[in-house]
Amino acid sequence: MRLFSPALFLHYLVSAQFAAAALTTLWLSLTALLLGMTIGMLLALGREARFRAIRQFVTFYLWLFRGTPVLLQLVFAFNVLPSFGILLSGFTCAVLALGLNEGAYMAEIMRAGLLGVGRGQRLAARALGMDEFRIMLWVVMPQALRIIIPPIGNQFISMLKVTAIVSVIGVQDLLMVAEQDASGSFRYLETLFAAGVYYLVLTTIFMQVQMRIERRLSRRRRVVATAAAAPALQAAQ
Amino acid sequence: MSEILNAVAIWKRFGDDDVLRGVDVSVREGECLVMLGPSGSGKSTLLRCLNLLEPVSSGSILFEGQEISGLVRGHAASVRQRIGMVFQNFELFAHLTALQNVMLAPLRVRHQPRERAREQALDLLARVHLPDKADFYPDELSGGQQQRVAIARALAMEPVLMLFDEPTSALDPETVGEVLLVMRELADSGMTSIVVTHELGFARRAANEVMFLDHGIVAHRAPAAEFFSSAVPDRVDRFLSRMEA
Repeated sequence: MRLFSPALFLHYLVSAQFAAAALTTLWLSLTALLLGMTIGMLLALGREARFRAIRQFVTFYLWLFRGTPVLLQLVFAFNVLPSFGILLSGFTCAVLALGLNEGAYMAEIMRAGLLGVGRGQRLAARALGMDEFRIMLWVVMPQALRIIIPPIGNQFISMLKVTAIVSVIGVQDLLMVAEQDASGSFRYLETLFAAGVYYLVLTTIFMQVQMRIERRLSRRRRVVATAAAAPALQAAQ
Repeated sequence: MSEILNAVAIWKRFGDDDVLRGVDVSVREGECLVMLGPSGSGKSTLLRCLNLLEPVSSGSILFEGQEISGLVRGHAASVRQRIGMVFQNFELFAHLTALQNVMLAPLRVRHQPRERAREQALDLLARVHLPDKADFYPDELSGGQQQRVAIARALAMEPVLMLFDEPTSALDPETVGEVLLVMRELADSGMTSIVVTHELGFARRAANEVMFLDHGIVAHRAPAAEFFSSAVPDRVDRFLSRMEA
């Protein structure tokens, strides 16, 4: 038996099982990230809430979810919640645990974004007679978005990889499928190699998407700048 | 003519610091009140109290005959819709073009149809002599241009009173004139305004009344012609001669 069989590696790579597992990983990452972003935004807003109870809850949340391993949170959701009568599928548990955990980290990113928008911008909006909700929606958030896109991209890529831990609660993600196949055939090298390729492809796609978005957000400056410079260039010639 | 705004005995305290100590301000419809005074005298704070960006510690503010000094949140916001404000640092919304800056409040606060808001915004940009800068972002405009867009943005809400908080203090000397010109045209067209500035030339040419604020109290107040021609308190005289120098 050869150490590495390219044919077997290819077999795994194109198998429906691996493709489905990759989709599970992708879908899990997307939903957990979306949940995390929503929670993160709420926490960031809650930090500046007028009511002290809300601010204290946010502090507690961050303390709890950043202070314990995400693996513990995952196993807790899967094994302890049923004893309270809450029965969730492995996938739902995974989204919940990863999303709640991610929310704690997103909160910091969102907060940095909100704080990155100068106080004067809010003041100007208030002077126009806008209420706090509209100021947030039309003045602060659009500007905060530019600040938070790069760190959110990083969170996403790390989320894609962190999802591998959901194999411990039996979700059929990439790593789980790879290990299952390997335990039957003992072809660890080929299966893990194939799973690794899927991870790399997914992260590469995401890095590309992130780059596109960042470029798009900064492009308008260049376009207008070139348009403005064009007459000057013509005059110079 | 009727008084648009009449504030009486405005007191503002920040911690242990009494920034305003019983100031009276009033401005009649169509008039321009210029507020002079050394930095730290409370001029900016006073302006922010008048449009409720800062709550007063005590005192009364009648705006269009209605007491507004105690209003908060939504009620304060609707008062601010009728009082335009221009800041020293322009504070144009950085993510929006000049046109979008002017259109934002009419669209999102007054819910005007987009076409109408756009037409009105283009008219206003023409009025501040920037008809060709509609699609420029703030960071592509000079300070003077940004400040003129900021004036157009404030006018878009069709205010009955305009507050100017040192509108030319952050500008390069060569762009000060274009902003003052727009402000003078505005005053000439009958817009009621209160202007905090160090530009004595503007005060002479555009103001109906001038008041001098010092250490949180009104040190002197007079019709513009009188303010610059007749005897003024020593403190004011020293300040004026320093400004002219």
